Amino acid sequence: MSGPLLELSGLTVDIATEDGAPRTLLDGIDLTLARGEALGLVGESGSGKSMTVRAITRLLPAAARASGTIRFEGADVGAMDGSALRAYRDGGVGLVFQDPRAHINPTRRIGAFLIEALVRNRKVPRREALARAAAVLAEVGIDDPARRLRQYPHEISGGMLQRVMIASVLLAEPRLILADEPTTALDVTIQQEVVAILDRLRRERGMGMVFITHDLDLALAVCGRVAVMYAGRIVELRSADTLHERAAHPYTAGLLGSRPAIDRRAERLAAIPGRPVSAFESGQGCAFAPRCAHARPACEQRPPELTEFDGGLVRCARVTEIRPARPSKEASV
Amino acid sequence: MREKLRTTTGRLGLAGTASAVFLLVVLLIALAAPLLAPADPNRQSLLDAYTGPSAAHLLGADGIGRDILSRLMFGARTSLLGPALVVGVSLLVGIPLALLASWYGGWVDAVVARVFDLIYALPGLLLAVLTVALFGPGLTPAVAALSIAYVPFLARIVRAAARQQRVSPYVDALSVQGFGVLRISVGHVLRNIAPTVVGQAAIAFGYALLDLASLSYLGLAVQAPTPDWGVMVSDTDALLKGYWLPVIAPGVLIVLTVLALTVLGARISGEKPPRYLRRAKRTGDRRVPNTAPVGTPNQKETTVGAVG
Repeated sequence: MSGPLLELSGLTVDIATEDGAPRTLLDGIDLTLARGEALGLVGESGSGKSMTVRAITRLLPAAARASGTIRFEGADVGAMDGSALRAYRDGGVGLVFQDPRAHINPTRRIGAFLIEALVRNRKVPRREALARAAAVLAEVGIDDPARRLRQYPHEISGGMLQRVMIASVLLAEPRLILADEPTTALDVTIQQEVVAILDRLRRERGMGMVFITHDLDLALAVCGRVAVMYAGRIVELRSADTLHERAAHPYTAGLLGSRPAIDRRAERLAAIPGRPVSAFESGQGCAFAPRCAHARPACEQRPPELTEFDGGLVRCARVTEIRPARPSKEASV
Repeated sequence: MREKLRTTTGRLGLAGTASAVFLLVVLLIALAAPLLAPADPNRQSLLDAYTGPSAAHLLGADGIGRDILSRLMFGARTSLLGPALVVGVSLLVGIPLALLASWYGGWVDAVVARVFDLIYALPGLLLAVLTVALFGPGLTPAVAALSIAYVPFLARIVRAAARQQRVSPYVDALSVQGFGVLRISVGHVLRNIAPTVVGQAAIAFGYALLDLASLSYLGLAVQAPTPDWGVMVSDTDALLKGYWLPVIAPGVLIVLTVLALTVLGARISGEKPPRYLRRAKRTGDRRVPNTAPVGTPNQKETTVGAVG
């Protein structure tokens, strides 16, 4: 099959509020993901990362209304009926949740959790499903899988449970993995391990991945391309290498600048002034303008478009002024 | 095996365990009544009329000389069968409705919930009396009427507990794995709220037993020669003549059975025993697993003071 694995165009999500006025959470997201590609989705809380994933899996809250189109292997996800939707969720996408403890039924054994989809949806014999589950548990670095299969979720640690969750997604062998901050609830030391496992196994199986995180460095390390979101819009979408070298959007630059560095002493870390806003709070101009050091009065008047820049896309009216094009070679990536 | 038994008794507590044992004994006696009963429950021997406890009749004999112990044993069968049918039918109707309502929410939920409320507003006994007036007395019309009346009593609890499960993240996670309503509702939600449902069913069983006994007492359900606790309590002739045993014995059995069912039901659904039943020192962990039990809500006042 050719064509992109996942294609979002003009994805907009509004949520109805009690006073009746709908609030925009996502505002015109355009994204494409090729087969086997890993895309990072980075942003602060409320920037719309998780909403994007929820829209892709059709898990939006009842009060939310989505418009625009989501295509998975060319099929319109929004138009899927019951059985098509179940098939899409069964083998098309797999979702790794942020908090495995809440997203796994606490009263069922881990074995039952892992094999349920295989046994019920794919009609794999129980015994074979258990063998496969044990094998995948071993792959995600859990020792003594046979014993773990008989344990309950509360009997194992959070890091291990997240690996169980990853194992459950791998067992379903989806074409696309959506990882919604898979490591946020974990220890820093465990984080690295879990991400490494996820990344390696995904590559081995040729699965595409949308990796959501608020850790820009993590996204840059795992993904080929990274989309930075702010207030329900994508403000910068570039390859990880060029983004890492030089951020184009002032917001991305601010994020990169606020990281601690191991080779640099700092009394205080640089911070972006102000607080993050949601899409419905932003005015008619650029949503980031009130916090931007480069803002001009014009920025507050007209919303900037996503424009080509340095081999990627950037949503900033002044990007060419503040980030002069680099000489020669890489300009045409 | 022994360890499993110990954790079960630990979870049920002293009162709950005693109730369970008592109910088990009653059930076994009811099942084995033909083997255990010392006499035919309907055989009359007028010479023995109103004799007190003796070697021939351990609990004495009633006004026409029938063996009371045997009648109690056989009476357990009808007295337990009726409520079992009522609870069974109510669950069969109520659980699917409640699960669907909690799953779809919105107007589906609103309609189902209002229908429950509507039925809830009708006293079960009144509905039963009405049915009997239309179809004539007997166990079947009484059971049918009570089955309908008991649907909301059970289904409202199921709906509330299922709603709580519906919004937990694991249900979302299951949908994303490609499972449908049926699989999630039955395989996960219902499983997780099972203690609540079973507990409430036990309590409902007790109320149904009481209601049916009341109807039998009034001569509207089980008919006279058939041994039944409710019918036996209605033996006012014995009371008038000053013989209390033929009336008190079934009455005590009704009270004890309903009490045991209520205590057991409350314990199963995770409700704490009243303070005076709790031992001062906690032994072992009595918390029920994380199935978010809903407390037993306001109990229905279907027990019109017909008995006693």
